[in-house]
Amino acid sequence: MSASAIPHDSSAPLEPPVPTQKPIKTTGLHIGDAVPGCRKVDPILVVDNVRRTFGGLTAVDVEHVEVPRGAITALIGPNGAGKTTLFNLLTGFDKPDAGKWTFEGRSLSGVPAYKVARMGQIRTFQLTKALGLLTVMDNMLLGAKEQVGENLFRALLPFLWRNQEADNRVKALDLLTRFKLDAKKDDYAASLSGGQRKLLEMARALMSDPTLVMLDEPMAGVNPALTQSLLDHILNLKSQGMTVLFVEHDMHMVRHIADWVIVMAEGKVVAEGDPHEVMKDPAVIDAYLGQHHDEDIGEDSESETEHVSAVKELLDDER
Amino acid sequence: MDWGAIFGNAAVELISPTTAAYALAALGLAVHFGYTGLLNFGQAGFMALGAYGYAISILTFGFPVWGAFLVGVGASIVFALILGVPTLRLRADYLAIVTIAAAEIVRLLFTTNTFASVTGSANGLSGYKNEFAALNPLAPGRYGFGPFENNAYDTWLRIVAWSIVILAALLVWQIMRSPWGRVIKGIREDEDAVRALGKNVYAYKMQSLILGGVFGTIAGMIFALPRAVVPSNYQTTLTFFIYAILLLGGAATVLGPIIGSMIFWVLLSFFSGFVARAVEAGWLPFMTTVQGGQLRFILVGVAIMLIVIFRPQGIFGNKKELAFVR
Repeated sequence: MSASAIPHDSSAPLEPPVPTQKPIKTTGLHIGDAVPGCRKVDPILVVDNVRRTFGGLTAVDVEHVEVPRGAITALIGPNGAGKTTLFNLLTGFDKPDAGKWTFEGRSLSGVPAYKVARMGQIRTFQLTKALGLLTVMDNMLLGAKEQVGENLFRALLPFLWRNQEADNRVKALDLLTRFKLDAKKDDYAASLSGGQRKLLEMARALMSDPTLVMLDEPMAGVNPALTQSLLDHILNLKSQGMTVLFVEHDMHMVRHIADWVIVMAEGKVVAEGDPHEVMKDPAVIDAYLGQHHDEDIGEDSESETEHVSAVKELLDDER
Repeated sequence: MDWGAIFGNAAVELISPTTAAYALAALGLAVHFGYTGLLNFGQAGFMALGAYGYAISILTFGFPVWGAFLVGVGASIVFALILGVPTLRLRADYLAIVTIAAAEIVRLLFTTNTFASVTGSANGLSGYKNEFAALNPLAPGRYGFGPFENNAYDTWLRIVAWSIVILAALLVWQIMRSPWGRVIKGIREDEDAVRALGKNVYAYKMQSLILGGVFGTIAGMIFALPRAVVPSNYQTTLTFFIYAILLLGGAATVLGPIIGSMIFWVLLSFFSGFVARAVEAGWLPFMTTVQGGQLRFILVGVAIMLIVIFRPQGIFGNKKELAFVR
């Protein structure tokens, strides 16, 4: 593995964010060839013909895709590929024009976001949503499921929820300790750094014991010093039996921790496969560089260079 | 200059039923705006529904006090549902627009001549106090001391009004330290994050809108009991006075609205008495007595501006919160 720079940040220390533990890759997830929309041995999330248009623009048009259970799946693709829109659709934050999808065999079409979350499919956001004027501890406690005291009338009778609250507090403190936020538990979440907020958001999601954790760009805006611990935490989710689906631009991270990669471009799934194999797929190179990448079309040169360097990096890594 | 009378009249306002009514209405707004982040600009509408619901129930339908009370509360729940169902799924500012318009609609409905036989049109309603006075357990006579001395009816009204305010404050204090309150405060910070954690944000916002609205309605009844119900009392300015009280005391606090209301009314009464006497004494030769009556609102405005500039979190607000104002 070459020690090339962290993408998009030349001033950072020149080492890729390698997790401190050696990730154990899960293999043998798919049935048949690793083609877009291929079947999985044990899918947790199955998407069929989901389409979302904004006016004339088709943001998402996914024919069929399955997310394998118990593995870390990365959803990658160039800017505007529809990754976040697909995330929003799958979690009930947006409504598709057509299509259906199931989570653990149960249909999620038309199910509102809060019910999706209650079923065990918890998401985080690209722009971190720490609840600023709540303490870190309150942020955590908010994540706990089926709280008796969240009913307006039972809230008036503390003896009904005091024990559950104490249990949740113990659990929250345990999680905060794992995420090294326990010293901050009584501070406002607004006082945390960007990376700490990402950690808090992830820890908060874990309060509900989810089965599928969906992370939207967990590394965006995180200080390189914190990326290692974030990677470790994501790997830990898998070792604890959770399924992870994440959107990411950081190709190193994808390579290091993902067991399976789904590549989207222009709203469609264009490739799937093992992270080391999928990057060699011509469809992926086309997706990132455009089919006419050898012609100078003089447009969007900045993001173009970004993508070129990202792909080059991956090819370098392979050698 | 009769300073004794000026301060005496100002002190009367400290525990007057009007102060209690404003405190309760502001407490309702604290639930809406301070804790949940709902921009309700129609608190005057909720108060009007309380006042008219109570007065009409007694005058037109001959209901007992508790029946009239329940009619007012029921009307405000229906009002909150009408406001909330279409707007609470939308962005916060839509609720602001809809509430300010709905409160005006309510006031104009009570003003229009079409329903004059029931609402009394612009003249309003009066003569609904006997039922409440009949419940008075106090023997006739004078109670209290100094500026706080009142007859039996006024004392009874003050006891009831402030008991309700204290009960409401205890209720808000209790629910805001419960998991329910945590969800509510989470919604204020970012409702999508709360939704992603499996909470039915829409239902919580609706509960908050109803709860704060019911407080406003009960405040409207307390406000109506020492005077007549007149539609012009329920203009948009009433809502803004209540917002001023809320910001003065601290938006997300329990004691803030109550102390804020006391300060607001004592200041208003003090300036009113002071300006009137200063004009009479010739201290303000450029001013007539009528103009002096308006000057008090200017002075109260200046006082509130000073507090907001030098203590923007309000009297009871947490200074630490301000470090993170976005």
